[in-house]
Amino acid sequence: MANRFLLNSMQVYLLTIILFLPLVGAVAMWMHSYFWLHRLPIEQLRNQYRWIALSFSVVTFLLSLLLIFYFQPQLSGLQIEINVPWIESLGAHYHLGVDGVSLWLVLLTTFLMPISMLVTWIVPHNVRAYLSTLLLLETAIIGVFVAQDMLLFYLFFELTIIPAGFLIGVWGAERERRVPAAVKFFTFTIVGSLFMLVGIIGVYYYAGAGTFDLVELTRTVSQARATGKQVFPAHLEFWLWLAFALGFLVKVPLWPLHAWLPDAYVQAPTSGSIMMAGVMAKMGAYGLMRFNLPLFPEVSTKVAPYVMALAVIGTIYGALIATVQNDLKRLVAYSSLSHLGLVVLGIFAATELSLQGSLYQMLNHGLSTGAMFVCVALISQRRQTREMSEFGGVAGQMPGYSTAFMIVAFSSLGLPLLSGFIGEILILIGTFTSTVPFAKVFAVLGTTGVVLSAVYILRKMQIVLFGATTKEENKQLYDLTRRERIALIPMVVMAVVMGITPMIFIRATKASINQVREAVAARIR
Amino acid sequence: MLKWITFAPLIGAVLCGFFGKKLGEKFVSIVGCASVGISTVLAFLAFFTQLLPKAPDADGVRRVTDFFFTWIEVGNFRSDFAYLLDPLSGVFLLFITGVGLLIHIYSVGYMHGDSGFYRFFAYLNLFMFMMLTLVLGDNLLVLFVGWEGVGLCSYLLIGYYIERQEAGDAAKKAFIVNRIGDFGYSIGVMVAFTLFTSISFVDKTVGDKVIPSLLTQAAEKPIEAVGVWGVMTVIALLLFVGACGKSAQVPLFVWLPDAMAGPTPVSALIHAATMVTAGLYLTARCSVIFTHSQTAMLIVAVIGAFTAMFAATIGIAQNDIKKVLAYSTVSQLGYMFLACGAGAFTAGIFHVMTHAFFKALLFLGAGSVIHGMHDEQDLRHMGGLKKYMPITFATMVAGWLAISGFPLLSGFFSKDEILWQIWSSTSLPTGLAKTLWVLAVATALLTAIYMTRLMVLAFWGKERFNTGHDGHGTSAKGHPVVHPHESPKVMWIPLVILAALSVGGGYIGVPAAWGGSNHFEHFLEPVLAKAAPAMAGAPGAVTTVTNHTSEAAPHDFLTERIFTIISVIVALAGIGLGWIMFTTQPLRRMPKLLENKYYVDEIYDTAIINPVIGTARNVLWHILDVKIIDGTVNGIARAFGETGGAMRFLQTGLARSYAAIMLIGAIVLILYFTLR
Repeated sequence: MANRFLLNSMQVYLLTIILFLPLVGAVAMWMHSYFWLHRLPIEQLRNQYRWIALSFSVVTFLLSLLLIFYFQPQLSGLQIEINVPWIESLGAHYHLGVDGVSLWLVLLTTFLMPISMLVTWIVPHNVRAYLSTLLLLETAIIGVFVAQDMLLFYLFFELTIIPAGFLIGVWGAERERRVPAAVKFFTFTIVGSLFMLVGIIGVYYYAGAGTFDLVELTRTVSQARATGKQVFPAHLEFWLWLAFALGFLVKVPLWPLHAWLPDAYVQAPTSGSIMMAGVMAKMGAYGLMRFNLPLFPEVSTKVAPYVMALAVIGTIYGALIATVQNDLKRLVAYSSLSHLGLVVLGIFAATELSLQGSLYQMLNHGLSTGAMFVCVALISQRRQTREMSEFGGVAGQMPGYSTAFMIVAFSSLGLPLLSGFIGEILILIGTFTSTVPFAKVFAVLGTTGVVLSAVYILRKMQIVLFGATTKEENKQLYDLTRRERIALIPMVVMAVVMGITPMIFIRATKASINQVREAVAARIR
Repeated sequence: MLKWITFAPLIGAVLCGFFGKKLGEKFVSIVGCASVGISTVLAFLAFFTQLLPKAPDADGVRRVTDFFFTWIEVGNFRSDFAYLLDPLSGVFLLFITGVGLLIHIYSVGYMHGDSGFYRFFAYLNLFMFMMLTLVLGDNLLVLFVGWEGVGLCSYLLIGYYIERQEAGDAAKKAFIVNRIGDFGYSIGVMVAFTLFTSISFVDKTVGDKVIPSLLTQAAEKPIEAVGVWGVMTVIALLLFVGACGKSAQVPLFVWLPDAMAGPTPVSALIHAATMVTAGLYLTARCSVIFTHSQTAMLIVAVIGAFTAMFAATIGIAQNDIKKVLAYSTVSQLGYMFLACGAGAFTAGIFHVMTHAFFKALLFLGAGSVIHGMHDEQDLRHMGGLKKYMPITFATMVAGWLAISGFPLLSGFFSKDEILWQIWSSTSLPTGLAKTLWVLAVATALLTAIYMTRLMVLAFWGKERFNTGHDGHGTSAKGHPVVHPHESPKVMWIPLVILAALSVGGGYIGVPAAWGGSNHFEHFLEPVLAKAAPAMAGAPGAVTTVTNHTSEAAPHDFLTERIFTIISVIVALAGIGLGWIMFTTQPLRRMPKLLENKYYVDEIYDTAIINPVIGTARNVLWHILDVKIIDGTVNGIARAFGETGGAMRFLQTGLARSYAAIMLIGAIVLILYFTLR
């Protein structure tokens, strides 16, 4: 009994702990340096920073595993909640919670963070600042996925931009290009989320409930809809939808809002690329599922064909441009654009299959794009170049690396029994069965993007891994070190697990996905 | 039991892949072969002790199922990881495991001493797992797992010699061309699911609800006559696009000849005997969908016939021994599709099986020749090999005669059956059936000719190796002196067994017209749909199913026998013609157009690949992405910057001017709100 009590009471604070532990880690690191700076050799101290940061992120991950333990898959609403007043005059609450949609995204974040740190173990300068930026980023991202109060959500959403921008601008790859890349990223996403702020205020104002609580607002909207009432003024509803959508679609990004993406992904240090492509892009897709669909079902349905058209354009466009890239990171950046187009496609097709597929694709994409960035980082760290043509015949020198590379590559081209396939097929079938106008056309076009992904992925694989080793430098390449193995193997294993037993993940998300779908479907009645 | 048939090779693959390098060649050989051996034994056990004694279901089909776990279940979409053994998958199961085992054993000799020995066996075992999953999967998605899986293994094995550029190119090409086929397959699955809300081949019970299988539901749809583009036609043709990719039919055949860059046992197993027949398996598995669209059947038959003829003409002019066999495979696959399109699914599957025997034999024999000739593949540098390699020669003769349709050998029975079925097809419009028959006969003649050419050039006549460089370009320059030798026992024993099968394998399908009982056909019949007689091609003319056309009447036997005699004449004529042509002048020049494969690759390059890549690079990337999308953004940024610069004069730091501006602003606002 006592045990049960302990467990239950821990549940209340679990999310708070997970959320702020990385931040505590950053503070701990600074305190450590306050005591030990000048007393220890700087290299030793830097190493300690690394271990402190890594431990905090690993513990955060382990704690987040507890979420699975507490989570009850059959329930559709929020779980493991905490809800206390925050700014009472505004009706803002410190309301955290997870449901099926956010559960795995939180885990994805905490899973990718230690890996990011391991991969960029050696950064050229400002180790302490670098690691605290990463930890701050982790807190911010987790916050986005667990905050259930719009104001709190917005706070975290904005907070992610700052550390991410610094990662690009300070620790970026090329001295003369990283700052413009950071500025572009910053401007784009800030403008997007300022629109969102307008949207949030609008929703707060028109819903008239005096609350920022997302759950309550969603309920208000669906109840009003059931009784045939209009919550938002008809002429404003689209603009409110758009305000939210801009914030989210820039993040994903939807074509043609992706102008910031190639530069940002290429310039960012590997950890930044992993977090931006792996998790921050999902914040956008998550926001669409959480805000746009349930709050504005009519508008979402009305604009669905247009958004879906842009999504498939992005899918094909990204794949085609990826085909002609020589810079490995730029290739992954464009392929990311291509894959995320499918996610948006599935969200707006709004069938159970396509929503489920989109969520699964978000997880898979986080994993496989993250892993792809890791793979790229490992060889470019060895050779100090990202040019594909500089490599060739790597498989002979680095067999272990090549195996991992190939599994990741095949996963992202959607080979069955690896994680990429499940999301893709669910999105495409779901879209095909959708009632949105032209949905079948979009599904077929989306499938074209899947075909094209084979072209650029196989091309990349062949140029880097296979062929004769022509360059003298490539003969000295060494295979994975232990640290690199620890970073890469979990991702590869997860890609296989997610491909073979998707139901482990889908069972937990089913109820929540259905809730989202019902919120959209309510428009018909 | 069924799952262990597939799991044994999977375990073998894991063991070989992860531990093979350390544990060495002997370990890998034993694990690699034993895993497939276990699988073969289990397959035969499952077939004879479970499937045959099993009482048929209500629809007359014997089924053994093995449920493993629910792979995907979202909404009403459901895909179980479950296996289904019925007569159709049973036939495939037996010859895949059997031929697979022999090729694994052969590979022990062929790949001996190769540095990637463990890798080779890991891939080959993985291939067996995937291929068996393909034929045993009980729904379209698990079939697709195998479908893509064999594609992966094919990719890995074509590119096995990783340091060779052309091997990598060929592997990539194979995968991408197959992906185009998969595009059709995927959309086919989507349409089928939308229509039937089931992608399963067997009826499923979920809770207390029975969801009838895709095939059961398809059987109840009206048949779409020629010219009717209904939903069944759409599904059938989409699946056929997939089949065209995997089974190398026009226009997606281009990958298969290049795939010969892989080691020869791979060509035998994957690119001749098993994987490339997956398209046929799919067509047969979904035969009921195909028979419900006469348009689709017609297209399948025409594509098949065209491919058969087209590839045979190319095959006659190739000089690489493996390329000849590759085009021969494409051609024979076309033959099988022609049979299916004519409604003769059993005949098509019968030919799949006999073809697996003799084509595997021919490839392994070619491998033995290549092995004995120290990696020489050019027929122009062979000749007179029969005295150096008597066993290879003898077994190759069996394969040669079988594929040419020499009387009483396996290929004879299956080919004769196909020819007769095309002629007597009622589901195709009569005129078309006769035209296709003529094409098929011509193909049979060409087949006999090019196979005779291959044999004559390799085994008979003058020795053309070690004669220095006779002006034919690539000669055996790497090997100044070649001493052809017979291959080791571990290689020729599989050859002998396959030769026996090529000779005798046809007897299970001897037609009734010749006093046989045609076990094969009776066994398969319940699974495969019967094609309805051709209907008037008026669009919209749709009738309901007329199931089970009457059995062939006895008086047909006379015509059937006449056609058998025609087959014999064609086969002998082809062999004779080839013999005369190529013993007199072995190196006679072949038409350039054929030698260059009708320039199909070049056409694809200039018409499709280069324009797409060019557009992607020059239009999409350099202009649209960099100049327009990014340029606009940068332009806006610059505009803001300049505006900021222009505004600077406003910030004078003088409180009075600020106050003035505020006043103006306030007035504007008040005016706006009052006049609004």
